[in-house]
Amino acid sequence: MIINLIDYLRDRLQTVIYYCYGVMTFIVIWSITVDTSHAHTWAEKMIPGFWSLFGLCSCAIVIMVARWYGKSGIQAREDYYDN
Amino acid sequence: MTISFIHPALIMIVGACLLPLVRGPFRKPYMFLVPLLTFIDVIYLSQNAGTYGVFQFMNWELTFGRVDRLSMIFGFIMSLMAIIGTIYGMHVEDEWQHIAAWFYVAGSLGAIFAADYITLFLFWEMMAFASTFLIWARKDEEALAAGYRYILVHTFGGVILLLGFVLRYQATGDLSFDQLNVSSPELYTWLIMAGLMLNAAVPPLHSWLPDAYSKATAVGAVFMCAFTTKTAVYTLIRSCSGFEVLIYLGVIMAIYGIIYAVMENDVRKLLGWEIVSQVGYMVAGVGIGTTLAINGACAHAFAHILYKGLLFMAAGAILTTTGRQKLTQLGGLYKKMPATMVFMLIGGLAVSGLPLMSGFISKSMIIAAAFESHILWAGFALTVVSAGTFLAAGLRLPYLIFFGKNNCSEETWEKAQDPSWNMQLAMAIGGFLCIFLGVYTPFLYNMLPNTEVVFNPYNAYHLSETIQIMAFTAFAFFMLRKYVMPKNTISLDMDWFYRMGGRAFYWTVENPLQWFDTALSKFYKSVGIYCLMVTSAFWSWFDWNGIDGVVDGTARCVRAIGRRVTIVLQRGQIQQTIYYTVSFAAVLLVAYVWL
Repeated sequence: MIINLIDYLRDRLQTVIYYCYGVMTFIVIWSITVDTSHAHTWAEKMIPGFWSLFGLCSCAIVIMVARWYGKSGIQAREDYYDN
Repeated sequence: MTISFIHPALIMIVGACLLPLVRGPFRKPYMFLVPLLTFIDVIYLSQNAGTYGVFQFMNWELTFGRVDRLSMIFGFIMSLMAIIGTIYGMHVEDEWQHIAAWFYVAGSLGAIFAADYITLFLFWEMMAFASTFLIWARKDEEALAAGYRYILVHTFGGVILLLGFVLRYQATGDLSFDQLNVSSPELYTWLIMAGLMLNAAVPPLHSWLPDAYSKATAVGAVFMCAFTTKTAVYTLIRSCSGFEVLIYLGVIMAIYGIIYAVMENDVRKLLGWEIVSQVGYMVAGVGIGTTLAINGACAHAFAHILYKGLLFMAAGAILTTTGRQKLTQLGGLYKKMPATMVFMLIGGLAVSGLPLMSGFISKSMIIAAAFESHILWAGFALTVVSAGTFLAAGLRLPYLIFFGKNNCSEETWEKAQDPSWNMQLAMAIGGFLCIFLGVYTPFLYNMLPNTEVVFNPYNAYHLSETIQIMAFTAFAFFMLRKYVMPKNTISLDMDWFYRMGGRAFYWTVENPLQWFDTALSKFYKSVGIYCLMVTSAFWSWFDWNGIDGVVDGTARCVRAIGRRVTIVLQRGQIQQTIYYTVSFAAVLLVAYVWL
């Protein structure tokens, strides 16, 4: 059943992607309307969609730092420790 | 009323010792029963808080059973995980693995209920040694080497802990395992903390974790991912809460772990890095030390054991059926392993802190505690890590194993299938609990040690915050996914130092020391042997001519006298012989009478 569902969605990948964009837009709009009295800092209150931006940047930073760090010599060939 | 106290660890130890005797159809029910009894015992104890099992040993008072809210929540989750882990491993015939696993659980439970350093140390070492056998049980060369590294590192940690509490005993005369004075730390405070930290895999003492957990058996890793680090978190909460340095270490640990997780190619190593990262939250929580932070650390440890157990179970299922655990050798498996995929997704989403999942209600407590204590940098850094966690465990891992490009060889693809019923049952229990904790928050929150704290994760702002972060992390992953594709590499880490250190030691032994040894034997051969030969030639001569001369001369002398005596006295005439004999007897008699 679940295999069929995944296959069904995969066949309509472009539509799924559009739906995802729709959901993301909705999330951002919702975030603007939400009560910010629980916010920790002024930035969260002042910048609309602060956490969306934060999530996007965080993920990009993690990916890029990992890539840079890996390329700086940390990622070694698999037989590195074999003589 | 006196409560009859049976230590939960004792049930596991006795159960493990009797396991080889239980065979055939009784084995599986027995294996289910022993952890279940332990779990029931823990629940029974939770109703009767107090101090039990106090023994006098020499000058010291050993306390085996300190039952309070803090030890209970950890005891509860450990014994629950023992049940899940045992169900998961029920198909394994190798009884040594089960014995090792149960001793390991016993070590953890013993350490949790211990109230003095000697008892703690005893169970601490039991944990280290028992878990090593879970690595060695894999029986290949890599596992053997990883097991040795693991036990050496843990022995080192144990020695630091021992040094710390012995110094403390010398200074204060106190062996009780309680909150240390972290506001003015002494050398022994640092040593005790370092010893405990090694087991919590706090950098730079963390490399053993991904190294060992990726090499252990499928079942072994499920046990290992739960017990060592979380027992260490418990001990840190007990002794070092509010130790500010732990905030820094915890945050560094969380970031460090996630960066390595994103680079990793080996599925179980990736999950190991995730543990480092997630335990970072708990360590930071311990460092913050407020009641909310401590509750958060406990809740996160509780939730973490379940979802990380689930992830390791799913990874173990893939390893067991396909024999592969590298992302570059997997992919597209949703068609072959749909149930495993669902469980791994549940685990991945729970660790990422999706609302209605266990990670959401626990992780947010620690982040909220950081913000409430006005440690903003820590709060934001940990939020970045939660985005990274979703990236590594919630998106990248399932994408590369189950969707994405199919890198499976024909053989792997043929072998891939959902695992046996017991493994699926264990995963189903884990998956259910991950969701149950997230949906029904009082279950976990009522168990937390600080009862006065009120925390509600399900407010609109927090929900919106989390969903925004997750949605846009997913978006960033979608856009940048080509940068996080797996590569056939390993990531160098702190273990480089001791691996290469070990190699340097070998080199020193093999080259300079060997050369010296060879030179010494050559010298010995040429000079020593010659001297020895000359000396022995002299002694041989001396022996022949000196000692033998004396001995032989004496012998010859005696023989000559004997011969003369024979010639003179024994001529063969009986009268003469009688005459000599009687005369001699008379002389003797006279001499006797006169003298």
